[in-house]
Amino acid sequence: MDDMHPSQLAGTDYREYTLTYFEGFSRRVLVLDIEKSYPDGKLIVSRTDTKGIITHANQAFVEMSGYSEAELIGQPHSILRHPDMPAIAFKDVWDTLAQGKKWKGYVKNLRKDGAYYWVFASAVPNVRNGVVEGYTSVRRKPSRKRVNECVPLYAELRAKETGHGL
Amino acid sequence: MVYNLTVSPDFSPEHIAGWYVFNTWLQRKLGYRIHVDLYDDFETQRQAIADGKIDIVFANPFDAAMLVRDKGFTAVATAEGQRDEVVIAVAADSPVRRVEDLQPGVRIAKTQDPDINLIGMILLEPADLSLENTVAQAASTYVLVAKHLIQGRADIGFFLKEAFYDLSQVIRKNLRVLVTSEIHVVRHALLVGPRFAEHGESLRRLLLGMPGDLPQGPGVLESLGFSGWESLGEEDTQFMIDLMDTLQE
Repeated sequence: MDDMHPSQLAGTDYREYTLTYFEGFSRRVLVLDIEKSYPDGKLIVSRTDTKGIITHANQAFVEMSGYSEAELIGQPHSILRHPDMPAIAFKDVWDTLAQGKKWKGYVKNLRKDGAYYWVFASAVPNVRNGVVEGYTSVRRKPSRKRVNECVPLYAELRAKETGHGL
Repeated sequence: MVYNLTVSPDFSPEHIAGWYVFNTWLQRKLGYRIHVDLYDDFETQRQAIADGKIDIVFANPFDAAMLVRDKGFTAVATAEGQRDEVVIAVAADSPVRRVEDLQPGVRIAKTQDPDINLIGMILLEPADLSLENTVAQAASTYVLVAKHLIQGRADIGFFLKEAFYDLSQVIRKNLRVLVTSEIHVVRHALLVGPRFAEHGESLRRLLLGMPGDLPQGPGVLESLGFSGWESLGEEDTQFMIDLMDTLQE
């Protein structure tokens, strides 16, 4: 994944972070305090392989992420990871899916232009002939009340992670 | 051997005759005896499937998941260009302008259509509504869903999008669309059961060739309300089932 560059942002008042991913690499991300509201009625649908590499992205995914389909396919799903999200949330996703179970949760995603959008996400393993071949994820418009409950919780988890050097 | 064909009970009533016309055409083309069994409700149809009575079914996506994963059915084709989308409507004079205006205790008029009800509830999540804090108002048809809304017995109604726009203009002008789903990948599918599996490929070829099967093919399609059929492969079907899985509790 390429580092983000100020020229791709929807504004100039950005914060800069370096995210380190489970896969072992790091990326410079730039974030704006601009929320893109989730459109009514749409579902974002994507599929990844077992390593989390995007293999399918629907039009709603393209529209909300700000990336073209060609830019998304072949990239790790963590291209959407926002620095306000605690790492433990993503560990929970992978641990749950590894057990063959469905995962659900509220996620703050980072757009290509530095803005963010909240989703209620769910993901399931794609089992074919008894073997997990990848994952399907669907994101939908979240309850604002639930999102507001998540904001301080995620901030607290992030603070703990930073404090413990995770 | 006589095979049995059925159609998801959410089919449009105006196309009932079309499925009999289709079956006549199909028997002539395939050279097998096929009997059409249409069920009034989902439970009776599911029981018939559980009893092994069904060989060919035009199934809604919710039932398709069960048929493919638990009953060994395989997908053959889907109606060209048709997708299952949901309309949530209110009475034209309702004060509700957006989903977030809805409050716990809201009365929902709905049919038994499982995928429409599932997607409909998902569209209500932004208002923190669920089965636990809403009241269901059962209706056997989409026309009755509309009637519940117009007569004030329900606050919102769940419709298959196609069925909503099939309502007469007189009815529709008394309703207002609150939200429409845009999912694009959920659709009904024609599935064949284990007893019919060996004829699945022949059936697929026949269906894909229907628009060019003159003189009957185009007329039969028209009676079903379809422009044609699209092939539905194993992976496409599994993808749709995975998607339905992600949406269920």
